[in-house]
Amino acid sequence: MCLAVPAEVVELMDDDLAVIEIGGVRKEISLMLVDGAEVGDFVLVHAGFAIEKVDPEEARKTLELLEEYARLDDQ
Amino acid sequence: MRYVDEYRDPGVLRGQLEEIGKFGFHASFMEVCGTHTMAISRAGLRPLLEGRVDLVSGPGCPVCVTSEADIGKAIALAGLEGVTLATFGDMMRVPGPGGTLSEAASRGAAVKVVYSPLEALRLAREDSDRKVVFLGVGFETTAPAVAASLLTARRDGVSNYFVLSLHKLVPPALRALLDMEDFAIDGFLLPGHVSAVLGARAYSFLAEEYGVPGVVAGFEAADILRALCLLMEMKEGKKASVAIEYTRAVREEGNPKARAVMEEVFAPVDAEWRGLGTIPASGLALREEFRLHDAGAWEVEAPAPAGDRGCRCGDVLCGKIKPMDCPLFARACTPESPVGPCMVSTEGTCASYYLYDFREGEG
Amino acid sequence: MVEKVVNMAHGGGGSRMLELLEEVVFPALGGGTPLEAEDAAALSLPEMEAGGKIAYTTDSFVVKPMIFPGGDIGKLAVCGTVNDLSMRGARPLYLTVGLILEEGLPLETLREALASLGRWAAEAGVAVVAGDTKVVERGAADGMYINTSGIGVIPAGREVSISGARPGDVLLLSGCVGDHETAVLSRREGLDFRVEVESDCAPLNGLVEAMLEAGGVHAMRDPTRGGLAASLKEMATASGVALEVSEGDVPVRDGVRAFCELLGLDPFLLANEGKLLAAVAEEAAPAVLAAMRAHPLGAEAAAVGRVAEGRAGEVSLLTPLGSHRLLRMPSGEHFPRIC
Repeated sequence: MCLAVPAEVVELMDDDLAVIEIGGVRKEISLMLVDGAEVGDFVLVHAGFAIEKVDPEEARKTLELLEEYARLDDQ
Repeated sequence: MRYVDEYRDPGVLRGQLEEIGKFGFHASFMEVCGTHTMAISRAGLRPLLEGRVDLVSGPGCPVCVTSEADIGKAIALAGLEGVTLATFGDMMRVPGPGGTLSEAASRGAAVKVVYSPLEALRLAREDSDRKVVFLGVGFETTAPAVAASLLTARRDGVSNYFVLSLHKLVPPALRALLDMEDFAIDGFLLPGHVSAVLGARAYSFLAEEYGVPGVVAGFEAADILRALCLLMEMKEGKKASVAIEYTRAVREEGNPKARAVMEEVFAPVDAEWRGLGTIPASGLALREEFRLHDAGAWEVEAPAPAGDRGCRCGDVLCGKIKPMDCPLFARACTPESPVGPCMVSTEGTCASYYLYDFREGEG
Repeated sequence: MVEKVVNMAHGGGGSRMLELLEEVVFPALGGGTPLEAEDAAALSLPEMEAGGKIAYTTDSFVVKPMIFPGGDIGKLAVCGTVNDLSMRGARPLYLTVGLILEEGLPLETLREALASLGRWAAEAGVAVVAGDTKVVERGAADGMYINTSGIGVIPAGREVSISGARPGDVLLLSGCVGDHETAVLSRREGLDFRVEVESDCAPLNGLVEAMLEAGGVHAMRDPTRGGLAASLKEMATASGVALEVSEGDVPVRDGVRAFCELLGLDPFLLANEGKLLAAVAEEAAPAVLAAMRAHPLGAEAAAVGRVAEGRAGEVSLLTPLGSHRLLRMPSGEHFPRIC
């Protein structure tokens, strides 16, 4: 029901605004709804707002779990 | 694209399908969210799960559940002298009484498609002679963004910016579904982005009060299949709990800051859902402090809803029937000339089935 | 048609536009020679050499913004018409140019568009031989519209047509899809994305000559409005065959993919202005593909599918997971969406 895309914060601007980048696409968005997003962080972008930060540690853990399935496929 | 491409590895997906195939039983799960419906169809997962998991689509497309009366009101607002209606593209082709917004634009109404409520606010700043009304549709993912635009408008004194709030809340709708007599599914695939804001704890009632499990899932195929594995495990172990698969974006407590912004601007109200009827405290209205920005308070004359046209979107939205079971599907109702909202929105259940899962001559 | 007025979707290159053509345009104009769903008409004139034909086409250009990364309305006006002629296997020779200008249009904008048009006509090897200019009052048009008509010759023996795809043919695509519409749409008011993708707008006649020299090309189409999806459906329908496309083999640039992810768009539905889809005899496909890759406009060319067993007009996509799903004719109007 809601498209949101993980994008990297590449520049912080005044008034809680920031520039994000994904696949070479840049867009000015608002950070008003998240706390403490820094340059280099990934955020979920929806309708011109970051709605949450992406947790790199959790992302890594999920990928590790998924790799288990790939091993199943190899067998 | 980081955090996207890694979750599309066909080897992982094949392993997951194999894993799901190992369970010795059949299960039926509801994907609540339209973006999940779309992702499942696009990845071609439905035929691969056949015989093991039946995926039933739920009421998670905000466009689809918007009532005809509300769409009529939006179109009427767009037709007012001196008013520009700004909307997400999703709403342009939704049929209501008196046609669609796209048709209203063809007849001369000022309708602008925007990506963000901030663009709508910018339109208001740039042309202070016009009233700019933003059509606020969407669930808890979108409502904070619209709330933020209203806070900014108030702070900067942009008095010609208005919102027609048709926002809806997901948990009350799930409760309404579960309270229906003939509603029977084995678990919910819960919406990842609504949950990023709400937190998984907002669904604890599913397990605690109804004994139905739920897994909050991301939107890549690997996320969806992993969530299905977790749901199968819960069914097998006869354990109902609410778990998070989408841990990189969703926390137990959600995003308190986004919720605070939403709650500062909006208050829950009873709302009419297409197909589900009126559900208590399932919509969001602007609080009294924002009355001056509330287009919902305007008196407009909207044509009366057309009433029954044989469309069974309501039953589709509750997961009671599959799109192919509706007598209009692919006959009187197609994406080119949709009768019901489920055929309009790209992520509507009927459109999604029509575009990706249905062959001519079937159904 | 249900509507009483013309709607934006009637110009979108999908099923709604087809409806307008079939119900309103063709019945009124199709009396003499049958109008076909081709990009250009192939006509015989009494004085022409035995077997040779002329190809004749027309196209109008309305684009917002008028200047976009990788092109402008003038370049587009040349490429669109040159490419439509090329899709019939014709060698484009002459263009006519019709200008509809809105009162108040800055002369500098007009100069730039025409300079570009002239430069690209020369580049494509076509001569502008006649023209017309009309000015309409402010508000009656949006800046500038350009119409170009083009004439080319189809040498004797060349048979390339949208209806020419045959069982066993391989589908070749000349490069990445979605660049043009991404470049244009990302600059549109209300969206305002910065995308490092340029429009692919280019005259394809050189590439087409190279392909036809290699031989075995049965059908071609340039996937403009309606994107690759519409071209595939049109080719399947006109040729009376089923097509199968491997989704993962269709090249899409990162920037286009990301733009589509952000706005809920599908790269297969986005317009291109310098790409072509060809159905080529299986045995000739390697040579044609090599000829394409040797040409600057086909460097990223790929084999993306084949004419397959199945119902006439059906296009099925093979997903990376190995399941099939059907591709439908896009309706013609797609809006950026957030849900």
